[in-house]
Amino acid sequence: MKLTYCLSGHPTLPCNVLKFKSTTIMLDCGLDTTSVLNFLPLPLVHSPRLSKLPGWVSKDGTINLEKELKECAGRVFVDSQPEFCLPEVELLDLSTIDVILISNYHCMMALPYITEHTGFTGTVYATEPTLQIGRLLMEELVNFMERVPKAQSATCWKNKEIQRLLPGSLKDAVDVWTWKRCYSLQEVNSALSKVQLVGYSQKVELFGAVQVSPLSSGYSLGSSNWIIQSHHEKVSYVSGSSLLTTHPQPMDQSSLKNSDVLILTGLTQIPTANPDGMLGEFCSNLAMTIRAGGNVLVPCYSSGVIYDLLECLYQFIESANLGTTPFYFISPVANSSLEFSQIFAEWLCHNKQTKVYLPEPPFPHAELIQTNKLKHYPSIHGDFSSEFRQPCVVFTGHPSLRFGDVVHFMELWGKSSLNTIIFTEPDFSYLDALAPYQPLSMKCVYCPIDTRLNFHQVSKLLKEVQPLHVVCPEQYTQPPVSQSHRSDLMLELQPPPMPYRRCSVLNLPFRRRYERVYILPEVLLSSCGCPGRLPVLSYKQSQYFFGDGC
Amino acid sequence: MPEIKVTPLGAGQDVGRSCILVSIGGKNIMLDCGMHMGYNDDRRFPDFSYIIQNARLTDFLDCVIISHFHLDHCGALPYMSEMVGYDGPIYMTHPTKAICPILLEDFRKITVDKKGETNFFTSQMIKDCMKKVIPLNLHQTVQVDDELEIKAYYAGHVLGAAMVHIKVGSESVVYTGDYNMTPDRHLGAAWIDKCRPDILISESTYATTIRDSKRCRERDFLKKVHESIERGGKVLIPVFALGRAQELCILLETFWERMNLKAPIYFSTGLTEKANHYYKLFITWTNQKIRKTFVQRNMFEFKHIKAFDRSYADNPGPMVVFATPGMLHAGQSLQIFKKWAGNEKNMVIMPGYCVQGTIGHKILNGQRKLEMEGRATLDVKLQVEYMSFSAHADAKGIMQLIRMAEPRNMLLVHGEAVKMEFLKGKIEQEFSIDCYMPANGETTTVTTNPSVPVDMSLSLLKREMALGGPLPDPKKPRTMHGTLIMKENSLKLVSSEQALKELGLNEHQLRFTCRVQLQDPHSDADTLHRIYTHLKNVLKGYTIQHLPDSTVMVESIVIKVSSSAEDSNTKVLLLSWSYQDEDLGSYLSSLLKKGLPPGLC
Repeated sequence: MKLTYCLSGHPTLPCNVLKFKSTTIMLDCGLDTTSVLNFLPLPLVHSPRLSKLPGWVSKDGTINLEKELKECAGRVFVDSQPEFCLPEVELLDLSTIDVILISNYHCMMALPYITEHTGFTGTVYATEPTLQIGRLLMEELVNFMERVPKAQSATCWKNKEIQRLLPGSLKDAVDVWTWKRCYSLQEVNSALSKVQLVGYSQKVELFGAVQVSPLSSGYSLGSSNWIIQSHHEKVSYVSGSSLLTTHPQPMDQSSLKNSDVLILTGLTQIPTANPDGMLGEFCSNLAMTIRAGGNVLVPCYSSGVIYDLLECLYQFIESANLGTTPFYFISPVANSSLEFSQIFAEWLCHNKQTKVYLPEPPFPHAELIQTNKLKHYPSIHGDFSSEFRQPCVVFTGHPSLRFGDVVHFMELWGKSSLNTIIFTEPDFSYLDALAPYQPLSMKCVYCPIDTRLNFHQVSKLLKEVQPLHVVCPEQYTQPPVSQSHRSDLMLELQPPPMPYRRCSVLNLPFRRRYERVYILPEVLLSSCGCPGRLPVLSYKQSQYFFGDGC
Repeated sequence: MPEIKVTPLGAGQDVGRSCILVSIGGKNIMLDCGMHMGYNDDRRFPDFSYIIQNARLTDFLDCVIISHFHLDHCGALPYMSEMVGYDGPIYMTHPTKAICPILLEDFRKITVDKKGETNFFTSQMIKDCMKKVIPLNLHQTVQVDDELEIKAYYAGHVLGAAMVHIKVGSESVVYTGDYNMTPDRHLGAAWIDKCRPDILISESTYATTIRDSKRCRERDFLKKVHESIERGGKVLIPVFALGRAQELCILLETFWERMNLKAPIYFSTGLTEKANHYYKLFITWTNQKIRKTFVQRNMFEFKHIKAFDRSYADNPGPMVVFATPGMLHAGQSLQIFKKWAGNEKNMVIMPGYCVQGTIGHKILNGQRKLEMEGRATLDVKLQVEYMSFSAHADAKGIMQLIRMAEPRNMLLVHGEAVKMEFLKGKIEQEFSIDCYMPANGETTTVTTNPSVPVDMSLSLLKREMALGGPLPDPKKPRTMHGTLIMKENSLKLVSSEQALKELGLNEHQLRFTCRVQLQDPHSDADTLHRIYTHLKNVLKGYTIQHLPDSTVMVESIVIKVSSSAEDSNTKVLLLSWSYQDEDLGSYLSSLLKKGLPPGLC
């Protein structure tokens, strides 16, 4: 049986389980963090504004949750440590998972929940940059949460009867009972100790039955698509891939050819925005604000697009006369992220590799740091508070605006219309992200940069690699709700793709007919000469062999 | 039977100009393409005419693989690719690809600019040669063509050193290059999985040495340097710019810091800064400890070690100088050596192996009078110390690698014949595998026994396996029936029914019939019933049927009864069975020949 169990409904943070030739393989382990948008931000220093928000009481006064829920600008937020929406853990027994294949560092954030709490005893496969940067992002997340411990853990609002009556997005939130708080550092370390490193095109044998192999996907440092194959069947798993020339090694497309099934996830979340155009808009808005004497806040992840933003600014700073403007990168892992980016020559695009041969650092942010144009700090406390000059540009997390140093800058700069916040990460709706800070005076610019495949690119890719069947999240089989007339924003294929949603179980439409066995040469020679001698079937090292019966 | 052939063009029972030809499954691969430090004539490069007497190199070779950047492994590469002529792929790891052209250029400068040799490769040739290089990542399976695949493993030794696994079909060879089985201050230990190659080609530089623990050697080294400095002497450490140099720098740097020493440490050549930079950018190739802490403190940023200037050699007072090259055969290390050799307070520490013919080799063998160019002689008065810091596997390490990879045959290169002989004996004794040590130009042939891949119909496999219980049992081989179809260069194993269908053949049945005479004074019908009862008693677990048309069927075997024409008590049994039931049929006939037991109803 070839089955997939779909444990996540988020198309770019997938978590699927494939049963193939008696091996059980989990494909990615994405953590849906959009759930945190329902929570109040965690301020680093006491915020009188947040603490004065009124509690929520139902209109008829029968339900009083004023301790748990707070109202801000017409919306209701949970006043508690933020919680994440995990992949579905009830659909199948996760302790039977043999291996987990990770495609990029954004798609592994739920790993500790799976490896530490389900009886998992298998192996996780990931590339070295994915592991190292994934570790940084997890450590950062833990740090953000543990820095501002919140005693309160709100649960009453999750009561089905009560949730039904709540306003806005809280009412529609799904599976709220399964939402979990962030893991601990200890769980992160334990989970990551189960990771086995792999290189692109490395062939990893699973129990002699299945071979898996990561391919460059071009999206981020060490990001990969996976081939899962036996001698006669091939499943391709395509997750977060990019055809744009940014810093990672280009995508390996040709190895995806001749797949029986291609599982397609992680397309661009903003199909209507062109990343190059967004980059231009980012720069011009940044320059405009600085010139007018305002500050620029860029909420972002600590790795990924930020490298491209810094590279773009490196070229832009002089021409825009921003040579004296300080650029700050604030994150508990800022230093590590910048250092790590310089040591993965093997995983970079050709241009950057050539620089390493010289030997020069592949990313120009090394020079920005050397010339003191870019400074990085672990947090707003300590050195930063004394060295901080305005107007400036600050890159900091978390892009949800619910925790991390960014919360402080929102409180600090939100009141002035001179300042600008520029959203570059596509994972969160910027309106929802800003909601608990309303009313705001600062300017908001939305320049989402999502380098993942768009529908045009993906249909071209599929034409080229010709899979027999395509499996994809149901969101890709219809146009986005807000743009229902745009039939170009969906996958149109023949035969039509098999859609999945959270909790679907799909039966993959292909049958095995042959199995690879091995004949010892002497048997082949002898049976050609004398048909009476019968070979003997035996099973060694997970493979079938025919030996001489005598 | 298929064969694998291995011919060293260099490094056969020798150290220097490593170059090994391997023929496997119809593919020809060149492993390393090095130069010999001990020669200045034609013998410095491998003898490529061995190959090209009847073919162009490009036509003959499918690929060239370079294990690491040491010149005795890559020094002849531009000569081979640009002067002899080779346009095929050359594989090496990223760090090797980055560093190798620098060392080649250095080597070229010394030979052409300093020694004035002509007919040597040019800078442009080095560049053109490097354009043919395809970088390899660790553990990546690279498909050179449809049949030939190669995979690199970490080898320690120097930054970017790799072992390679070469595979064609189910035949394979592993070439170790130079490797190190114990992690040192900057690199990790070599590792390979249990890939069971047909041949493991291993270096054997330290074939007879079991080296004492690294700590002791380090302590010894530091003690000697310290003593010499204390008495005001100068210490010369000839090294290659990359590799041991960084390890010893880390060692001295931490020692200087701990002991608060003030004597200057210098590093010759402009390469230092650059070399250290390579280590910083390729930090993923260093050992675990350095990788883990590099964000906080980069081990390759030295505080005490400064760049050397030629004039410093005459400065008074103690100092430590790292100078290139490592075997004192040319360049700055030789110049400094000449200056300091006359003073017994000074010391030269040779931290690595020196090939025959170099000054390093001579002084290590105790020679105290050296003939220099122009008939001058040099009296060697300074102390000469040897510290084995070069990162090669020792005998124990080589045995450890054999245990890891489990090869079927062993082949030794890159070592001295006498020492190899000793190790060969040990390997054959401990692992009961054949061990070869061909000399240069001598071919070793190993026959292999690759199994033949066949596609077996899944329904047939399931049917056959169902007969043996739910799980495959490695201890219980069984006979099976099937038809092997050879078609379009592929083999298929299917059930005979499917084979007939696919090939459009009619099935012919082969039946055996046999008559058995039996004394049984009953009617035919009763006899048949008695036979039925008898067989029922004897053959438990078989399907036995008494059919209305006066036959008994045991599985597919038909039994009929008729009376003899002469004697109605003599019955004639007719048995008939198909070829497939030969075993049961012949058993039944011999059983019935024995007659029926009394007391049957």
